[in-house]
Amino acid sequence: MSQKIYLYPLWIRLWHALNAILIILLIICGISMQYSDPANPFIRFDIAVKIHNISGIILTANYFVFLIGTFITPNGKYYKLTFKDLPSRLIKQFTYYTFGIFKHEKVPFPVTKESKFNPLQQFTYVIAMFIMVPIVIITGWALLYPEIILTNVFGASGLKLTDFLHVIIGFFVSFFMFIHIYFCTIGATFLSNFKSMITGFHETH
Amino acid sequence: MGSNWLYPYLEKIICLGKGVPVEIRTPFPFFLPLQFLSYQILKIMTSLLTHCIRKIPMHFMLVIFMILMTSINLKAQTDLKSKNAELNEKCLKCHGQSKYKYVNPESGSEVTKRMYIETIIDRNLFAESNHKNFKCIDCHSEDYDTFPHPGRLRMELKYTCIDCHGGDEVTAKYKFEEIEKEFQASVHSTKHSDDFNCWMCHDPHTYKINARSHEKITDVVAYDNAICLNCHANISNYQMLTDKVNPNIIQKHEWLPNQALHFKNVRCIECHARPNDSILVPHNIQPKAKAVRRCVECHSTNSILMATLYKYKVKEGRSKAGFYNGVIMNEGYVIGANRNYYLGLLSLIMFGCVAAGILIHASLRILKRKK
Repeated sequence: MSQKIYLYPLWIRLWHALNAILIILLIICGISMQYSDPANPFIRFDIAVKIHNISGIILTANYFVFLIGTFITPNGKYYKLTFKDLPSRLIKQFTYYTFGIFKHEKVPFPVTKESKFNPLQQFTYVIAMFIMVPIVIITGWALLYPEIILTNVFGASGLKLTDFLHVIIGFFVSFFMFIHIYFCTIGATFLSNFKSMITGFHETH
Repeated sequence: MGSNWLYPYLEKIICLGKGVPVEIRTPFPFFLPLQFLSYQILKIMTSLLTHCIRKIPMHFMLVIFMILMTSINLKAQTDLKSKNAELNEKCLKCHGQSKYKYVNPESGSEVTKRMYIETIIDRNLFAESNHKNFKCIDCHSEDYDTFPHPGRLRMELKYTCIDCHGGDEVTAKYKFEEIEKEFQASVHSTKHSDDFNCWMCHDPHTYKINARSHEKITDVVAYDNAICLNCHANISNYQMLTDKVNPNIIQKHEWLPNQALHFKNVRCIECHARPNDSILVPHNIQPKAKAVRRCVECHSTNSILMATLYKYKVKEGRSKAGFYNGVIMNEGYVIGANRNYYLGLLSLIMFGCVAAGILIHASLRILKRKK
């Protein structure tokens, strides 16, 4: 018998929806620009650049909403990583996703009001939101104003390094996003997690 | 957003036509507090310095000032020596300044006249130019040694580049014949009379090749663009050749994203001349309709920028293994063109792995779902 817990307040739902749209737009335009080819245009280059720039700017503002929300609301507690037994907890969750799930085992870390994320989620979300996203935001702004970038960093072109970092971390954000969306289908039912994004209620299974 | 702030930039770039590199900054509003802070620090430092200077005796400071000025002056003099400087000075005595003097034999008095601006030769720029070692009379008639100059000399035919450089073995690598052919096919030649010659863009008294003499690509870009802007952003020069109204460069390029950035980092000819990678600078200026407008022609792995300036500027990084357009990336940042072969390959493999992982996981979930 499934149970419903109110886990996602309105501001998180709004922030999450906007964040999702922006990141998807950024990935699509980013890929189109990265693999640009006059013979096979995916999205017309100037349009892709415009959408990427505008989305990036709004994403920055939205990231500040997330930061402020995380620090001033109880939502921040879900991002506090406890390092005790972290590797074993990560392995346990990973084993569940790779084997247990197919044997219909019980979830090792059920969702409760106190712990919204399982260890693997918590770990990847902390890396995504506090390491990867800030890096793409900072390097993205630097690339918007390339004249402010140091031209030389330890003998290498500062522009190259900034661009490299933006693109590589961008790839990882994309991988995270694909897996994140796919894992969303692992809920009480195929669509229950998507419904939670609208209603705010998480359906346990 | 209006582009009015670009006008000072254009003015500066026209000054660059005289060969003096000027740093061009674009406004960045977020730096204003930082600028204010640095200004305050500078003010404090200046006041400290002034305080120290007040303690030093005046005559000591004067000596230091004199030494400094002498060394600067000496340097300037040695730099400006060219092979035939002394001989040329006979001409430059008058043509090297804005006025000239002569004694009127009728009245016996000295007359001062203003020199016609187009016949003034800047000694410094000439001394830095490619033709610095030539004598004036190598190209101009020896009969100029009399004053007043004989009237028939006004009809003197001027040489064009090809007259000296055509078939010249020393400058064969610059392929002047090919440049001439390109120029003949360009709108500069086809849409204008024979009055439009090499000198319109390349003043033989000041022109110097830049691609190898300037360290920074942006300096080369500024110098080369100043040549175009000398007419295209200067109504009086423009109307010497046509009765048309000079189009407003900024308005005409309004469609171009990051206009200032493009103007600073890309030469006009990259989009307005037909790419030709066999010569240093393409000279076949195309009609307006044929100018590059598709971003992706530069912003891609086979960027047209590779055909000209960047090709000569840097030789490294052109192999498949490094950056596709490593040469472009060496100094510039061209989105879409800045790719690395291994990174591209790795990213595709990783995207494939993620997709495969998700597919396998999803298939297993479907297969093992509760019946």
